[in-house]
Amino acid sequence: MAEDKNNDILDELTSAEYKYGFYTDMEMDQAPKGLNEDTIRFISARKNEPEFMLEFRLKAFRHWQTMKEPKWAHVHYPPIDFQDIIYYSAPRKKPQYESLDEVDPELLETFEKLGIPLEEQKMLAGVAVDAVMDSVSVATTFRETLAEKGIIFCSFSEAVQKHPELIKKYMGSVVPYTDNYYAALNSAVFSDGSFCYIPKGVRCPLELSTYFRINAANTGQFERTLIVAEEGSYVSYMEGCTAPMRDENQLHAAIVEIVAMKDAEVKYSTVQNWWPGDKKGRGGVYNFVTKRGICEGENSKISWTQVETGSAITWKYPSVVLLGDNSKGEFYSVAVTNNMQQADTGTKMIHLGKNTRSTIISKGISAGQSNNSYRGLVKSSRRAENARNFSQCDSLLLGDKCGAHTFPYVEVGNKSTIVEHEATTSKISEDQLFYCLQRGMDMEAAIGLIVNGYAKEVLNKLPMEFAVEAQKLLSISLEGSVG
Amino acid sequence: MQNITENISTEQRMIDLFKGNIDLIRGNEPESISLLRQKAIETVKTKGFPDITTENWRFTDLDPLLRTVYDFDFTNQSRPFDIEKIFSCDVYDLDTFSVTLLNGWFVYQNAPLTTLKNGTIIGSLSKAMEVYPELVSKYLGKIAPLEQPGLTALNTAFFQDGLFIYVPEDVKVDKPIQLINIVNSERPVMFQPRHLIIQEKDSQLTLVHCDHSLTHNISFTNSVSEAFLAKNAELDFYKIQNKGHNSAVINSSFFSQKQHSKLTSSALTLNGGFTKNIVYSLLEEPECNATHNGLYLVDSNQHVDNQLEVDHAAPNCTSEQLYKGILDDEATAVFSGKIMVRRDAQKTLAYQNNKNILLTDDAKANTQPQLEIYADDVKCSHGATVGQLDQEAMFYLRSRGLNERAARQLLMYAFAAEVVRRISIEPLKERIDHLVEKRLKGELSICDQCMLHCNTKEPTVFNIDVSKL
Repeated sequence: MAEDKNNDILDELTSAEYKYGFYTDMEMDQAPKGLNEDTIRFISARKNEPEFMLEFRLKAFRHWQTMKEPKWAHVHYPPIDFQDIIYYSAPRKKPQYESLDEVDPELLETFEKLGIPLEEQKMLAGVAVDAVMDSVSVATTFRETLAEKGIIFCSFSEAVQKHPELIKKYMGSVVPYTDNYYAALNSAVFSDGSFCYIPKGVRCPLELSTYFRINAANTGQFERTLIVAEEGSYVSYMEGCTAPMRDENQLHAAIVEIVAMKDAEVKYSTVQNWWPGDKKGRGGVYNFVTKRGICEGENSKISWTQVETGSAITWKYPSVVLLGDNSKGEFYSVAVTNNMQQADTGTKMIHLGKNTRSTIISKGISAGQSNNSYRGLVKSSRRAENARNFSQCDSLLLGDKCGAHTFPYVEVGNKSTIVEHEATTSKISEDQLFYCLQRGMDMEAAIGLIVNGYAKEVLNKLPMEFAVEAQKLLSISLEGSVG
Repeated sequence: MQNITENISTEQRMIDLFKGNIDLIRGNEPESISLLRQKAIETVKTKGFPDITTENWRFTDLDPLLRTVYDFDFTNQSRPFDIEKIFSCDVYDLDTFSVTLLNGWFVYQNAPLTTLKNGTIIGSLSKAMEVYPELVSKYLGKIAPLEQPGLTALNTAFFQDGLFIYVPEDVKVDKPIQLINIVNSERPVMFQPRHLIIQEKDSQLTLVHCDHSLTHNISFTNSVSEAFLAKNAELDFYKIQNKGHNSAVINSSFFSQKQHSKLTSSALTLNGGFTKNIVYSLLEEPECNATHNGLYLVDSNQHVDNQLEVDHAAPNCTSEQLYKGILDDEATAVFSGKIMVRRDAQKTLAYQNNKNILLTDDAKANTQPQLEIYADDVKCSHGATVGQLDQEAMFYLRSRGLNERAARQLLMYAFAAEVVRRISIEPLKERIDHLVEKRLKGELSICDQCMLHCNTKEPTVFNIDVSKL
């Protein structure tokens, strides 16, 4: 009897509806369907790019043609027809931001539904938002404040026009176009993204943030983000995404590159909530992302924090190459999968410099019929003396049809490195549930509380503005109407 | 490197060898086994051998091993003789029923198959196929996977002899059975021994499987063991590897466990040029217990790879894995352990731990402990560490007047002791304990136990390029 009730509640919890499923009707300027050199020339021409960009794209495309789709991840999906995707779509009305009145009202409405009214955010949160909607940046705020400090924060295409020397120097330096299948694809067809440059010794006064949205049907979203932090600088960058409900699978193959020079610190936080598909596993976003940072200089630090609740399939390994001596890499992750979602996510910590440190905390929560895998690599090269890693990967199972998997790889090539990895998998503790219940909480609230507590270690690492949204997302993903 | 042929693929060479010697290979075996061989050679043909792009072989490159052209002994070269003339077990007070395989062939004094008073049958697999065809066909090849690319299929196609043990219902074999696998050949040779262990209900068996080499010549042993534990059966399985640096061993063991059976397997690698132990343990029915222990102490350019999968297919089973290794010089070690918990295997308790100590900057450890879990009411955990000796413990010992060398040895000894302590055969435990101690003091090399006592104590160069592994 009690079991039945538990199951009912679990069912209810795991059948939460996607709240951000809407679709903005705007006129689009699209490239023809399909992928060939002409598509790439079209994108490059439409974006008025200099010659070196076109060359980069074409090189990437030619390399991509020689590659095969990776099959090693613990996910299953029908083959993707890369010729059936529109690789470029931009809102036709390029807004001029003299004032907010001139912005397409429908767009503003979209943002409001997302809970990010630009006005309010500008005024209250002190957050500069560079909102990317279907690949073209349509709003950039607080630019002046940032410009005073010498910080460049703009769309990638703007940076290509205005700062080609920086783009030329850093683009592809962390994730070369030869890196993997989807990185090559992105390098060939990326439409836009964000660029951020923090000059020497500057501490960025704001939390920089970008919202990504996938909007028009059948368009893949291929962003490219590049963050360069010069010596002694600091920046906290937030990326959040929600996607409207669509019937067909959408491909999202982004690249994020971070370069941290001597004594620089970059904190990158993500809340990812692309549409996960319906309960039967129809639709949903394929999220195949390459994120990597390099700690170039001594004492630099890169920290990845992610809350992954969306996408039908997630294939994502934010990594840190610890090249500079004494540099630090961190990875904090909460990944929630529900219904038919599949996630294969984790990190790579490549220790190359001396006394490098890395920490990995990963919390996986699986519900419904989903599969949630942690896959991570900790590698210490021969000259990475005194490298130190600590990894902890916990998985929580809700319901008996889901799966939780852990695939860590540890490769150590010198005697002074210490690597520790531990992982546990279990269901919600009966004792904890019992404790909550006998203090008068109902089952839903109790599960919600325990799950939130379980993820707290990671949620705490998020910037404050984001932590609220992340907790909401956890609630939506698991607690249904209760949250 | 006159042994290497470039023109013809290894697969094709094996297939040709198989076709050319089919009658010799088959001998007097039952029809079903011949069919199994056909299937296996098909796998070799279609799937080939694993290479470094195969997940479980990423750090263990078979290519140099496979490219060497080996001799095969398709007929039993060894005549009945007194094994003690060339080899004696160095665990002196170990009272065992000992059987020997020389170059893959069963060596016997009196009869190829011995039936003990309690009904246990021990002997040559090749003879067992003649005498008990039904029993052998019922079990052989039932758990060793044929369809995967790899050496199990190769063994299935080529095996001719090996150890056969049948323990009837309710029988507790009181003496451990010791299988000594000796390689003694002047030419590069490849062996494909096959062992079959069948345990009926409520039976108990202890098996010690030792691998030794008597020469420094190149050899490649590709052995496959299958053990079937019926309800309430208990098996204690030891694998001790003490081989020359030029030898390559791939040992695949497959265990199938029925209800409430108990398995303890220990893999102790003290020496060996190239060693890969593959263990697959299937917990088919509820309430099984499986414990897998491993210890590897490797130096120079030795390579040891432990690949382990514990497959929980039924509820209420428990399993534990503990593998520890100390790596010196340019040695490399790979551990890939997997706990698979299938959908129905509720109430599973499974633990896995792999710990490595690297003594030099040239040693390498790659470890991949994996959990794949599809049931929710389980408790599974795993851990892996790679590091050096604990500085605080070191300080403690030094502050009590031990010199650095002694303190290091003591700590390493303690590190290994966690696995050694789990050995349940007292004389064997003492012997291994002693070997580990000597090994850690650097007093033990392969020559110490070699029966040939050749004049050169120089370590011979292992002509497989281990740096590429």
